[in-house]
Amino acid sequence: MDGFLGRYRNLSVLVIVIMAQLVLLAFQVKNNQDVRLIRVWAVTAITPLARVLEGIRANTFGVAGEYWQLLEVRSENRSMKADLDRLKLETQYLKEELATAKRVEAMAAFVQRSPNKTIGGRIIGAGAGMNSKVVFIDRGSTSGVLRGMPVITPDGIVGKVTASYPTASQVMLITDPTFACGVVSDKTRVHGTARGQGNNQLLIDYIQNEQQVQIGEIFFTSGDDRIFPKGLPVGPVRVARQGKLFKEIYVAPAAFEKGLAEVLVVLEGVHQQIPDLTQMGSGGPEVKALAPPPPDAVAFPLDATPKQNPNQRFSTEADRLVDKYKAIGEQQGVTYGGGGRVPNFNAPAAAKPPAQKPAPPSTPVPTTPTVTPPE
Amino acid sequence: MPSPEYSEANYVEGRRRKSSSSSFRPIVFFLVPLFSVLFDIFLPRFIDSARTLEFPLLITIYFSLMKRQPIAGIAIGATIGLMQDSLSQQPLGMFGIVKTLVGYFAASVSLRFDVNNPALRFMLCIFFFVFHQFFYWVMVKALLGQAPSINGMDELVRAMLNSAVALPLFLLLDKLRDDNS
Repeated sequence: MDGFLGRYRNLSVLVIVIMAQLVLLAFQVKNNQDVRLIRVWAVTAITPLARVLEGIRANTFGVAGEYWQLLEVRSENRSMKADLDRLKLETQYLKEELATAKRVEAMAAFVQRSPNKTIGGRIIGAGAGMNSKVVFIDRGSTSGVLRGMPVITPDGIVGKVTASYPTASQVMLITDPTFACGVVSDKTRVHGTARGQGNNQLLIDYIQNEQQVQIGEIFFTSGDDRIFPKGLPVGPVRVARQGKLFKEIYVAPAAFEKGLAEVLVVLEGVHQQIPDLTQMGSGGPEVKALAPPPPDAVAFPLDATPKQNPNQRFSTEADRLVDKYKAIGEQQGVTYGGGGRVPNFNAPAAAKPPAQKPAPPSTPVPTTPTVTPPE
Repeated sequence: MPSPEYSEANYVEGRRRKSSSSSFRPIVFFLVPLFSVLFDIFLPRFIDSARTLEFPLLITIYFSLMKRQPIAGIAIGATIGLMQDSLSQQPLGMFGIVKTLVGYFAASVSLRFDVNNPALRFMLCIFFFVFHQFFYWVMVKALLGQAPSINGMDELVRAMLNSAVALPLFLLLDKLRDDNS
């Protein structure tokens, strides 16, 4: 350095003097923004260096920081994914609970309106085998469920109990190929037999080709099979065409449209009237489930266990015959099954109070004037 | 092979010229620059055309040429320039920087040429005047952000006029030297 200054002494002195005067100038001169040139020069000289240093720092420490941040993000992402999965499960669970609550609510409303004595059950399993059309419900003989009892939902019939165990029951679905029940259409009152096909449709058999059945018409149970009470919805007609001997009518089971989860086992059935579509509007399984109860059932109080008239429990001919014989036995003091004399079944039964029937329409009764014949 | 500029003959000639630098009494070094600056601000009050004369520049050139020492030229130029700045409305250093460069280059030139030749003095005065004006214009434009008008022909005329004044002035100043040359 000394050698350089010694060799270029004159030039060095020149530069020093010039620089000193430039600094002196810079202290005095201000730019148009009233900032001294010395500041402008200092900032202009320092800023690029600071920018370079900041760039180096950002590119080194920034990359390292971003790497660590990436690690944290990765772990955070993992935990958030776990949370998301858990929340999805919770959401699914809550949706299931909500759907269950809605079904139970609809079922409770149905039970309150229905004259049938029912007990709710939950499907807990299906039968073994690919083509199995049986399910198990969590109600058994301890709950009063017996073999042969019908199983329904508010939307329609489900099947019948084929085996009753203490805590569970086996239910044959109506789609089973061996299942059959009597049905009747709501418009033309055409009677037939619904038969399971092993798929999701029922075949309505034994309907003559001459009889009129329209697509969309609803079939209800007819009560002829002594399994299902009359008036329970089966499902709408999807296919109706002419067959060789009988019409080919296929019905979609209304109870299966929303899936099966909770069912009702009918402990004591009451026949009901077939709802009239003209009073129900556009028809359909959902609408039919919400239809007002028939006039026969209105007389019952709307609670969970409606009080029923013993004479009205079964309104079939056999039931009425049994009731008649019981009354004759009580009237003549004969105990059935104990031996002894046989009651006189031809004797007229004692007059009984009239059964609860809906009041006749208040139509004015025409009065005929009595005319006394002339003597 | 040594370059012609730094040949032994030139070096010896330069050392000889350096050793033959003129010396002045201190009072001359003090009063002549001072009066040059005073004339620069005083004469235009009475003679308007005196504004074209740049007495401080001519004095800087003369002393730098005569001293034949670049550092001395730097000191002379910086001193006279700062004095001129202190009496002007410009920030300190504008004339100082320009005249520092003029003093340095004039002293450097004097190491290689016989500056006692009047024709050479005339030519050098023209050159350094143009250099002074141009560099001052550059500094005003660059550092002060101003755009002063400059006319090349006018400046050339002024340069010739100042050089014409410089010839008798330098002869007068030669009388003030202490050496025998």
